[in-house]
Amino acid sequence: MHARAHCALTEAPSMQSFSGLKLLLRGLTGQRGWTAQWRSPEPRAEYDALIVGGGGHGLGAAYYLASEHRLTNIAVLEKGWIGGGNTGRNTTIIRSNYLWDESAALYEHALKIWEDLAQALNYNLMFSQRGVMMLAHTVHDAQVFKRHVHANRANGIDNEWITPEQAKAFCPPLNIENIRYPVLGAALQRRGGTARHDAVAWGYARAADALGVDIIENCEVTGIRRDDNGAVAAVETTRGTIRARRVGVAAAGHTSVIMRMAGVELPLESYPLQALVSEPVKPIFPCVVMSNTIHAYISQSDKGELVIGAGTDAYTSYTQRGGLHITSHALEAICELFPMFRRLRMLRNWGGIVDVTPDRSPIIGLTPVPGLYVNCGWGTGGFKATPGSAHVFAWTIARGEPHPINAPFTLERFRDGRLIDEAAAAAVAH
Amino acid sequence: MLLIECPYCGERPEPEFQYGGQAHVARPRDPAAVSTQEWADYLYRRDNTRGVHAERWRHTHGCGRFFNALRDTRTDHFLATYRVGEEPPAPVPPVPR
Repeated sequence: MHARAHCALTEAPSMQSFSGLKLLLRGLTGQRGWTAQWRSPEPRAEYDALIVGGGGHGLGAAYYLASEHRLTNIAVLEKGWIGGGNTGRNTTIIRSNYLWDESAALYEHALKIWEDLAQALNYNLMFSQRGVMMLAHTVHDAQVFKRHVHANRANGIDNEWITPEQAKAFCPPLNIENIRYPVLGAALQRRGGTARHDAVAWGYARAADALGVDIIENCEVTGIRRDDNGAVAAVETTRGTIRARRVGVAAAGHTSVIMRMAGVELPLESYPLQALVSEPVKPIFPCVVMSNTIHAYISQSDKGELVIGAGTDAYTSYTQRGGLHITSHALEAICELFPMFRRLRMLRNWGGIVDVTPDRSPIIGLTPVPGLYVNCGWGTGGFKATPGSAHVFAWTIARGEPHPINAPFTLERFRDGRLIDEAAAAAVAH
Repeated sequence: MLLIECPYCGERPEPEFQYGGQAHVARPRDPAAVSTQEWADYLYRRDNTRGVHAERWRHTHGCGRFFNALRDTRTDHFLATYRVGEEPPAPVPPVPR
């Protein structure tokens, strides 16, 4: 899941268009003639704006800054390679059936963009609305999910309550008999699904690069410089000092580290979140299934691997790995729910570092430092929000004020008691 | 899985323990006297240290007692564990990489 994109060169941008016909023609001529999808430029001394973090949220923000706000003298700084962090480590689940109005608006904004994103970027994101089914195992689960269904429908978001038999019909591998934690029903969002996570980073990078955005990999931010008024003046990096009056930080698990360089303290804690994939098998699993109560989620990639998500480890860490008992716990749940997978071998597992807020909702907006913006706190569920988050973050950076959709997701809500508490709503993973 | 040295029971596997978050976070003596921001900081703001982190653990499936630990969050290596009420061992030992 952490494949490296095509090796980038330093040539000028010229976005080649992709199509089925072109793929066929190039296939007949030995796949020669493709060019690098984005440049690999040296950082300039100064930009109008910088994005720290070359994951989906950061690259997407750069793309929307360039395409919708005409800010093209900008750069994305990535300490490793683009999409090598949580964008390349998540389980690619997309849904928008969140409880509270603020969250529903944010995640549905993202889902609406997802639905046209491959066309907009001319990039095959393998976006597949195969349905996300969340299993209820207890009376409390059933009550919570029904409340979600009603709340979602009031917000114009599809989500429906289905019986165990309907769940079995929608996902035939599901075991609904002789099971330790019985399936009492499920909430199904049919518009939910998956997308190819690497392609999201690559698609945004390619489209942003074509608009003139510099994508600078292997460039770690080591300091943030402020002027006499306290405003952002420059960032110091392993590739030199880069001046900019606007800096947007989308650094996921390392947000606390970056923001502390500017003296900003955040209500974040970073935890390892693990996932794993099985050996590839023929198409067998038609949808996404999540079980918060016994804690596992699963889908099948187009490559054939079962993609399985576990819970977070108990303790804060920056190691990008976690305890094996966490993943084996997830596998025990998978084997109970889908007995046909009991003899399947697991191919590899990994961890990503997720930044978790006290109310399990993100922080997107201004900070006490003028010119410094932050997009963080996505916790265990940021991938689904990528295009919506990027879109409103770009707006916020360009205009110096939040978009109406991210206006509630301020840093100050923790001081003012206006939490958007999706912790109970989403159980643990979401 | 971590191996954690309970100061009362000795080295035990991680599933016997519960993580208790950052250690030495003092509750304001008079909550009514502090500002809203100070109260929010007490409730929600944590250091989220990338490096040596003082934290609480509880030996839930053992002696049941809380204790404190110093752990490097870059490696998950425990530098020390110590009892509640004790000062963290100082100076903090160098970090193995």
